[in-house]
Amino acid sequence: MKYMKTLAGLALGLGLSASTAMAGEIVLNSDQTDPAPKKAMEELIAGFEKANPDVKVKWNNIDHEGYKAAIRNFLTADAPDVAAWYAGNRMAPFVKAGLFEDVSDVWKDNGLDEQLKSAAASMTIDGKKWGVPYTYYQWGIYYNKDVYKKVGVEPAKNWAEFVAGCEKFKAAGIDCLTTGTKALWPGAGIFDYIDMRTNGYEFHMDLTAGKVKWTDPKVKAAFAEWAKITPYISANAAAIDWQDAAALLSQGKAANYVMGNFAVDTFKKGGMTNDNLGFMLFPEITAGIPRAEEAPTDTFHIPSGAKNKADAKKFLAYLASADAQTAMNKTLGQLPVNNKATVGDDPFIQAGFKELSSAYALAQFFDRDAPADMAKAGMEGFQEFMAKPENIDAILARLQKVADKVYK
Amino acid sequence: MAQQAVRNSFWKTNQKALAPWLFLAPGMIMFLIYVIFPIIESIYISFFNWDGLAPAHISQLTSKEFVGLGNYRDLLDDDSFYTSLWNNLKWLVLYMLAVPIGLFVALFLNQKVPGIRLYKSLFFFPFVISQVVVGLLFSWFYAPGFGPLYAIIKSMTGSETAILASDTMATYGIILAGLWPQTAYCMILYLTGLNNINPEQVEAARMDGARGLTLLWNIILPQLRPATFIAIVVTVIGSLRSFDLVSIMTGGGPYGSTRVLSYFMFEQALSEYGTAMGYGAAIAFVLFAIMMIFISFFIYRMLQQERNS
Repeated sequence: MKYMKTLAGLALGLGLSASTAMAGEIVLNSDQTDPAPKKAMEELIAGFEKANPDVKVKWNNIDHEGYKAAIRNFLTADAPDVAAWYAGNRMAPFVKAGLFEDVSDVWKDNGLDEQLKSAAASMTIDGKKWGVPYTYYQWGIYYNKDVYKKVGVEPAKNWAEFVAGCEKFKAAGIDCLTTGTKALWPGAGIFDYIDMRTNGYEFHMDLTAGKVKWTDPKVKAAFAEWAKITPYISANAAAIDWQDAAALLSQGKAANYVMGNFAVDTFKKGGMTNDNLGFMLFPEITAGIPRAEEAPTDTFHIPSGAKNKADAKKFLAYLASADAQTAMNKTLGQLPVNNKATVGDDPFIQAGFKELSSAYALAQFFDRDAPADMAKAGMEGFQEFMAKPENIDAILARLQKVADKVYK
Repeated sequence: MAQQAVRNSFWKTNQKALAPWLFLAPGMIMFLIYVIFPIIESIYISFFNWDGLAPAHISQLTSKEFVGLGNYRDLLDDDSFYTSLWNNLKWLVLYMLAVPIGLFVALFLNQKVPGIRLYKSLFFFPFVISQVVVGLLFSWFYAPGFGPLYAIIKSMTGSETAILASDTMATYGIILAGLWPQTAYCMILYLTGLNNINPEQVEAARMDGARGLTLLWNIILPQLRPATFIAIVVTVIGSLRSFDLVSIMTGGGPYGSTRVLSYFMFEQALSEYGTAMGYGAAIAFVLFAIMMIFISFFIYRMLQQERNS
């Protein structure tokens, strides 16, 4: 009897301490370890806690590359209340495995269908919304204005001009286009653009969704356009990281770089300024095709195993608000998704805003639009193609073989 | 009381038979939980098409689907699998160079000169540092632009060769990096072996006129046989589990040409772009089977030697 009492007391005590720890605390896992994203995140959390004084945020900040492996473990084993991830097909495995919570109600209650309209499609699977986007950034061609001036080339208005420019750079001993594909993904940016400019957005989406075969003549046509510039791409791209290639551009050894806006910081650290770093849209290849752009979106989600979903939804609602997105993206140097938010006055962000708001459609990026296994095989194929364009038939046959398995 | 007596007598009569098992129990239980059970489980998983994300009861869409030998059939139809297998073979053969080179270095360092301990530790150094550091050092060594080897090749031939960007050379580049610490390991094995050489036999052989290679081949090497055996075992196993260097130096690239089975398994099952748990488990099983061939051969050899002595 005495034991029973002690046990009951213990259980009560445990129950109480657990519930007090639960009330008003949300656990947030994310991967913002770079200085600017980290600062933006700190500001966001501080702002949220100020607006919701009864909720505290416990933030676990995990290294960017490690996070991609860790998320699988913590979603199944010890789910946080909010987790960072990406839009599009990249979140599909977690949604289909039932690891993300449906947050359509957060969208509806806060009028997000209107305010976050541009990203709504990429957050929807099976007619439901699975997270809240807070930032995106443009891709395009960053170029070294000094090199252009030195060689006497004008920024290209279409593909033929771009290829002609490449010949001049080659004659001057400069890489027309640089990239570093050691981590594979930078090559996918080039493919996405060439395919979207050659065959259009719908075709590209069908390809990444497995509705079109890789052996389709239109895919081959896109690679044929790509083949026109492969002799002018930095020779050892496969062995270097994207930052090393950025250095080639800053040092004037390369003229152009198909990259995301996050690279501006790296270019500037390499000595470039707003005066000699240029930005242009990827030139038109097939005349008359509506211009689609690449704009990867970063998002937050509620895991289905979360313990405090009510407060987690408050957090997502705050994250979606115009004020929070304005402040956060000012620090991030990126574009807010909320169309009521204010865009920063940095020239590259302004250029990106102009580019994306006038675009016909937005793609997420090859490794977010295509399923993971397909993305990996595809990006290896792109890497091989840039080094050995003559292998194109073998590459496409191999990709179709992978696709047969992935999309079955 | 009676019970106690019975227990006592049971313990007393069977003490000798039970005691060894009791002492073995902790180790055996650990081995069962951490080695045997995972092996059986991963063989079991290799018969399924599973993304490793959710257990079957959570989701209807990604539940484990039994495919029998389907994963193994896919494997036989996968070019990457053959690339990995072929690269594993290259590793196995070329990694063996560590044994003779290690012997050579050990013979070279086995002399009494002031400061020899310092030289020995310098030669042993690469084995002490992490494989990750070795990989980073070598990838800088090969790096286009600022790598010393790149600069040397350029100054000699004028061509811009980035070893790790070439699908024909990258694997050899990584194996070379792997040989550096592995040679040091073999060297230390031979150095301890050389300490145990019987000086009288060497003396006697010298008197009979044996010198140089004859002495090495007929007198020294037979006495080093245990060291050679261990050196070959650790080198074979080391070559089959070559993972860290591939991961650090190329990540399997360029375009998958430096994949080995262990890295291929990681890519398919656990990496950023891989969710094919069942497929990965099938690769793991193939690697396990290959290793088993060598391991059983070594165990057989060891048992035989024990019986003979």
